[in-house]
Amino acid sequence: MPTIQSIAGQLEEHPDVALIAKVRAGDISAYDQLVRKYERQLFRIAQHITQNREDAEDVMQDAFLKAYEKLDQFQGNSKFYTWLVRIAVNESLMRLRKRRTGKMVSIDEDIETEEGSVPRDLADWAPDPEQNYNQSELAEILRKTIQGLPQGFRIVFVLRDVEGLSTEETAETLGLSIPAVKSRLLRARLQLRERLSRYFHRKKSPRETGIAK
Amino acid sequence: MTCKEFLALLDDLIDGTVPAETRSELQAHLGRCPHCEVVFNTTRKTIQIYRSHEIYELPSGIQERLHAAIMARCKKGC
Repeated sequence: MPTIQSIAGQLEEHPDVALIAKVRAGDISAYDQLVRKYERQLFRIAQHITQNREDAEDVMQDAFLKAYEKLDQFQGNSKFYTWLVRIAVNESLMRLRKRRTGKMVSIDEDIETEEGSVPRDLADWAPDPEQNYNQSELAEILRKTIQGLPQGFRIVFVLRDVEGLSTEETAETLGLSIPAVKSRLLRARLQLRERLSRYFHRKKSPRETGIAK
Repeated sequence: MTCKEFLALLDDLIDGTVPAETRSELQAHLGRCPHCEVVFNTTRKTIQIYRSHEIYELPSGIQERLHAAIMARCKKGC
């Protein structure tokens, strides 16, 4: 029997908590609401990790189904969204392992250890540089650029900067230490910046150009 | 403050997690180092661009397929 205090406590909780309670009570439409709320994020994360559209679709579906089945295991002390993201990240990595049979896949892949080097590229960007491209050109540039990052940097950047997880949540989701997340985030940001500079730098004289292909 | 020291705190400056005193030191460095100013502005812009552009659109029909799969699973045991 809920007490007045516990009801008051629930009112202050995240809106997902009420939806989850409904799902647990058998209201499937409440789960649909959770799916609609987070499907874009989960699909993006899966696509960033697997880099394959079909895999990302499968991962998204499997992650939502798994979360549904395991809802009883969900502890209210972590956010439903970060719990869901953790499932999707694990599903994505499993999918990658299947594709690359015999090859280990982990978020530690391709991480070189050089730290703290000062960027050399001094080229400033044009004001609002993205306006020099149409939507599909820009999306292609952004996709190509982020796909070129080492996987361990890419996942951290996506979770932290695109999907808005905190450093702590990112560390917990990926099983990394907080310093490791911070160090990867800095390098991911700097590498992306440098790569985007090819497309976004201010126009120079013809002699100076020729970086971008 | 050197460029390397600035860079070590770049993320904290971007994320707004530096104490006021450090922040003014970082801003003083920005005021006299055009190199770091470019790095700071363009890194911030990089994040903003990735945050504000959808680069992977949700495939059409995926919501219906997902809903059907959940309903099918639900019928089996919920």
